[in-house]
Amino acid sequence: MYVAVKGGEAAILATHDLVAEARRGDPAVPEISVAQIREQQALACARVMNEGSLYDQDLAALALKQSQGDVIEAAFLMRAYRTTLPRFGSSEPLDTAAMAIRRRVSATYKDLPGGQVLGPTYDYTHRLFDFALMEPQQAPSPLGWGEGMPRDAQNAGSPSVPSSDPASPGHLLPQGEKERAPLDATMPRVPDILGAEGLMEAEEPPEGDPRPFDLTRDPVSFPADRDVRLQSMARGDEGFLLGLGYSVQRGFGGTHPFVGEVRVGEVAVEFVPEELGFAVDLGDVTLTECQMVNQFQGSKDVPPQFTRGYGLVFGHSERKAMSMSLVDRALKARDFGEATNYPAQQDEFVLYHADNVEAAGFVEHLKLPHYVDFQGELELIRRIRREREERLAQEQNAMPEAAE
Amino acid sequence: MTIHQMPADDTKPAYNYAYLDEQTKRMIRRALLKAVAVPGYQVPFGSREMPLARGWGTGGIQITAAIIGPADTLKVIDQGADDTTNAVSIRKFFERTADARTCEATDEATIIQTRHRIPEAPLKSGQVMVYQVPMPEPLRRLEPREAETRKMHAWAEYGLMQVKLYEDIARYGEITKTYDYPVMVNGRYVMAPSPIPKFDNPKMHMSPALQLFGAGREKRIYALPPHTSVRSLDFEDHPFRIQSWTQPCGLCGAGDSYLDEVVIDDQGGRMFVCSDSHYCETRRAEGHRGTMLGDAAASGLVEEAAQ
Repeated sequence: MYVAVKGGEAAILATHDLVAEARRGDPAVPEISVAQIREQQALACARVMNEGSLYDQDLAALALKQSQGDVIEAAFLMRAYRTTLPRFGSSEPLDTAAMAIRRRVSATYKDLPGGQVLGPTYDYTHRLFDFALMEPQQAPSPLGWGEGMPRDAQNAGSPSVPSSDPASPGHLLPQGEKERAPLDATMPRVPDILGAEGLMEAEEPPEGDPRPFDLTRDPVSFPADRDVRLQSMARGDEGFLLGLGYSVQRGFGGTHPFVGEVRVGEVAVEFVPEELGFAVDLGDVTLTECQMVNQFQGSKDVPPQFTRGYGLVFGHSERKAMSMSLVDRALKARDFGEATNYPAQQDEFVLYHADNVEAAGFVEHLKLPHYVDFQGELELIRRIRREREERLAQEQNAMPEAAE
Repeated sequence: MTIHQMPADDTKPAYNYAYLDEQTKRMIRRALLKAVAVPGYQVPFGSREMPLARGWGTGGIQITAAIIGPADTLKVIDQGADDTTNAVSIRKFFERTADARTCEATDEATIIQTRHRIPEAPLKSGQVMVYQVPMPEPLRRLEPREAETRKMHAWAEYGLMQVKLYEDIARYGEITKTYDYPVMVNGRYVMAPSPIPKFDNPKMHMSPALQLFGAGREKRIYALPPHTSVRSLDFEDHPFRIQSWTQPCGLCGAGDSYLDEVVIDDQGGRMFVCSDSHYCETRRAEGHRGTMLGDAAASGLVEEAAQ
């Protein structure tokens, strides 16, 4: 009999209860705490902070808990909260050269001022399950990634790195006494080293150093300037940018990049309150910065020089920072007079589709009722088919006469 | 620093009336004024992240939030019905954040937020229709780049759209657009009426109500001031026509309303009922009876009006 169309209200109330039940899972298993997620799922939290555009590890952990670990849903929670926060000003520009380095690697120089700092990375782990992690660890190592001196993290395999054989992971151990010295307080960024020689494309703020665009407050128009592009990518979906960056490398875009540098660490955020007139330290944020060095032929007016792709993201998020810097360079194609034939080079394509909260909303809205529109399509297709059959029937009838 | 880190009992963070802060509402109202001043023109606006998903009505919600006040009565429909889940969800949102007085009666509402339908009962002066719009750009299917479509609108360069409609006729014998059927507004801008069935297009023409369109994800607002000409695009020899059904509503017997098809068994059984739930209920209360009303009432799916 006739399907009920009533009852939307009761169903919505019921679904909230069902979600709460599903989220909790088996009540015999202890409930996970926000602090546990913050400390032990820090990379997931970083992704939620990036795509949610809000630096708050506690809220990111809460969002992950509330969303059952659905990262895009968690980012959505962050954004919906972020939009309600009052804005009391803008910080001073961050100085990533003064970053308290945890990790810093360059693919362009064997050694450089400040040295290479391997820090915590999964790069050289063998992806073998550490089944010991199935059970709670008896004495958790005090060497957390977010705690203590950067040296600590480098001195031994982190507890999260499942290489428990003390002899094998030699690359994680200090390379020598030189390495035991405290890291330099500031380390020049590789593009700055190239820039001193005039080999790197200079990047100056636009004339008058205007306040950067805020795409959460104003609609974007195209072609989009670099501040808009970088902002959009910083909150863009990691997977989408990864795919686009990969496409550039494979040939859908013509850049040949070197990792000038990837650095991870803490940077102080400073704010100048109007009534004080001097900078106040608000605290540190963990950032990952990637600068790609790309080839460029130069032009009649400009001697050949390298060009830059830039990525800067919250937390320890190297994959995202690298993808972003690849796509950043690809999006500069127009500025350099290069052809823009490929998706990663087209700002409208990248910016409109990188936002996973928007994309998820629109893709998933297809679940909403569409029966009114579908009824229109049904009515049309039935009528067209009926008219077609009638026409064919008429032609059939007409045929013998035509043959006579 | 922020409130959430101290969830003490005495701090109960509160949202502003109708969720959005007043600055944002002002920004949206400015965009609305511009949209009303240039009917059919898509005004970019600083669409906010909303606590409901993009693509689920955030544009309409932002407009409603910007214009609603304590004196308003809000009706929310989706597919013409007041009780579809998303309509319920949006209505609850405004009951919660704006303490809104809500209703289902079309003639009692001062603001009607809708997705995919215009109510059957005629709108009147003083009412505001708020449409949820997924794709505000009528030319998008023909030209994916925003930079290009904005130029096409600026030059009123709509030949591409006419060609598309012509190609439909050449291929199928008629224009195959059944919803979101493009309209020419005030003789100037081609506009997407949102995915309402073309059945509803004529209701927009010279409507005494103010009609506002919000596309949250695409960050565009546009409008039809009252008594604006809205012409569905067509050709002299292929005039615009709306959907029709061979049978009336199975519940209220209406022959002039847009019908939803309901599958009632797996033997090809169908019944057709008004998509506008309030219109259908009103007619039943007036004593109109469709052929299937007895069955539906007997199984408790609808209430039959006392005779």
